[in-house]
Amino acid sequence: MNTQRRQALKSGGALGLFGVLVAAGLVTAEEARAAGWDKPAFDAKTMDDALKALGAGKPGESSDIMLNAPDIAENGAVVPVGVKSSLPGTEFIAILIEKNPSMLAASFTLPDGTPGDISTRVKMGQTSSVYALVKADGKYFMVSKEIKVTLGGCGG
Amino acid sequence: MSMNRREFMQLLTTAAAGGMALHGEFARAADAADRMYELPRFGNVSLLHFTDCHAQLMPIHFREPDVNLGIGDMFGRPPHLVGENLLRHFGIAPGTAQAHAFTCLDFAQAARTYGKVGGFAHLSTLVKRMRASRPGALLLDGGDTWQGSGLALWSKGQDMIDACKLMGVDVMTGHWEFTYGAERVRQVVDGDFKGKIDFVAQNVRTTDFGDQVFPPFVIKPINGIPVAIIGQAFPYTPIANPRYFTPEWSFGINDETLQEHADAARAQGAQVVVVLSHNGMDVDLKMASRLRGVDAILGGHTHDGMPAPTIVKNGSGQTLVTNAGSNGKFLGVLDFDVKNGKVSDFRYHLLPVFSNLIPADADMSALIAKMRAPHEAKLGERLAVTEGVLYRRGNFNGTFDQLILDGLMKMKDAEIAFSPGFRWGTSLLPGDPITMENLLDQTAITYPYTTLTQMSGELIKTILEDVCDNLFNPDPYYQQGGDMVRVGGLQYRCDPAGKMGGRISAMTLNGKPLEAAKTYRVAGWAPVSEEARNAGGEPIWDLMARYLRDVKVVKPLELNLPQLQGVAGNPGMA
Repeated sequence: MNTQRRQALKSGGALGLFGVLVAAGLVTAEEARAAGWDKPAFDAKTMDDALKALGAGKPGESSDIMLNAPDIAENGAVVPVGVKSSLPGTEFIAILIEKNPSMLAASFTLPDGTPGDISTRVKMGQTSSVYALVKADGKYFMVSKEIKVTLGGCGG
Repeated sequence: MSMNRREFMQLLTTAAAGGMALHGEFARAADAADRMYELPRFGNVSLLHFTDCHAQLMPIHFREPDVNLGIGDMFGRPPHLVGENLLRHFGIAPGTAQAHAFTCLDFAQAARTYGKVGGFAHLSTLVKRMRASRPGALLLDGGDTWQGSGLALWSKGQDMIDACKLMGVDVMTGHWEFTYGAERVRQVVDGDFKGKIDFVAQNVRTTDFGDQVFPPFVIKPINGIPVAIIGQAFPYTPIANPRYFTPEWSFGINDETLQEHADAARAQGAQVVVVLSHNGMDVDLKMASRLRGVDAILGGHTHDGMPAPTIVKNGSGQTLVTNAGSNGKFLGVLDFDVKNGKVSDFRYHLLPVFSNLIPADADMSALIAKMRAPHEAKLGERLAVTEGVLYRRGNFNGTFDQLILDGLMKMKDAEIAFSPGFRWGTSLLPGDPITMENLLDQTAITYPYTTLTQMSGELIKTILEDVCDNLFNPDPYYQQGGDMVRVGGLQYRCDPAGKMGGRISAMTLNGKPLEAAKTYRVAGWAPVSEEARNAGGEPIWDLMARYLRDVKVVKPLELNLPQLQGVAGNPGMA
């Protein structure tokens, strides 16, 4: 385990994670303020509405997008989801969860030259298809995977 | 201590003289043992493998399932074969010791003929014998070793830890071990095991940064050939068991990282790469089809005693997938012939451990006797006598579970009872006493709380559907490897090949349809939630001990089974 990093973060805990990232120079204060909130997209209740609000229309498929997520969530409240796009010119990545009350769980706008590789935690109330939407070179692509949320127990 | 063949035969002769001479074929114990356990050495790299012994230090009976359905692609494929279908598939003659070891056929009769199986003292002797004929062989423990008996529960697995060290386990991975809590596991791995047993698990990482908690693999030389053993702990530990035991650890199948470790091991010079897995066999079979450069997956979790490996073709050639049963009943022996830096051929045997055919190892016997001594009186309490066979294993119910369901409903005054679909738990023969030890063999867990809950009909359906999908999802990566929750009081219909949410129907209670909006009194045990832990609840063994002392004689039990749909002709049903 990387105990140094763990220690550094523990001692920086008072700042909150974001404060630490700013302090460490990983995220500039300006970038933090500039992050906009796409209200119509986050409020969308259906897949079509969400895609429309994001301006994605009917996205194509791509084998250059990897959606990394568990098959069965260990804890529906914090499901780790990562998206890696090797499409050239990846400028935007969003995560959508079909069965959540609001489908758009997260969106990331990537400045020029940033690797298309994001990860976050999402909340899921029930088993659902999860979609990774990627905008690259002005075009939209999407891949999906089912993540199961179970009641647990009764194992082996 | 190593033992040559002659010494082994001498010990056997002594065993035979000690009262073995009563039972037909087994009368010539030495001959029978010689046939079963005389394995000529093959190749230059040997691995010995046991798994899921569930803390059974003493010889026991264990009835294999009569229902183990394979759905979709798994239809009729190992491990989803039972009874005569299994015998036919693997070419085992009916009515033999092997047939008894691998199937449930004529269980009570065959169990009396061939005697008990397993026991660490007997397993130890067999391990020594295999090591004597296979210099350098490593002993691998697939996990579920520290849980499953009263003694293990009371000592937090210490009895098993000491026994495994004495037996000479080299490498281990885990599942139920984690239910003693992260701190206990760390304590053992960093203390008792240090410099002796490598605990490996590539798929356990911290929830915050994804740091590796245990070494992912270890490379050990066998006769000068570097052999990598990659650990794969049970991927769904925090889901199938309470998450609060390991709140800072994340699991998962993570076959991409497993591939990275296999590649790294090869890059470091490993000429043989095996995975010591607690995935369960269906998951191992799918994983084998996706991996490259892995010679074998030595599997457990699903307790499938498979006489021969399944050979899975994949991008790099082939991977062997084995599963070595449970309860100390079997020892897997995998021999590789390694030539020019790679595996060129193999032999595999899954040896049943017949306690009457293998003399007890004196050192192990002494250790076990010493550990049991302070607890003998409590373990030996006779609670009742059974008139029928008591067993647990099977997809939908077992007689021991039926007994637990009956006890729960009676003692909790409930209309319906649930009991988890665990696959561990030993078997008893007609006329056997049910001792506290036998009861703890079915119930000894670190979250034994019994519960009584008001549940709506809708919630009951949701629970049954949820567990059923964990068992029969056509994609093994979405399965958890236990059996169906056992149900008392309630009747239902089950279509294993149905879709998630559509497998359970025709639910009735006392002949009346279950109503979605009505609430019912449902008893259960082994809850995984933190709230249930905080609420307490009488431990299941205390409740059942009260029940059994009251009942005194357990008549042969009628199983409450769902009416199954679409499974006619499935070779996973006897």
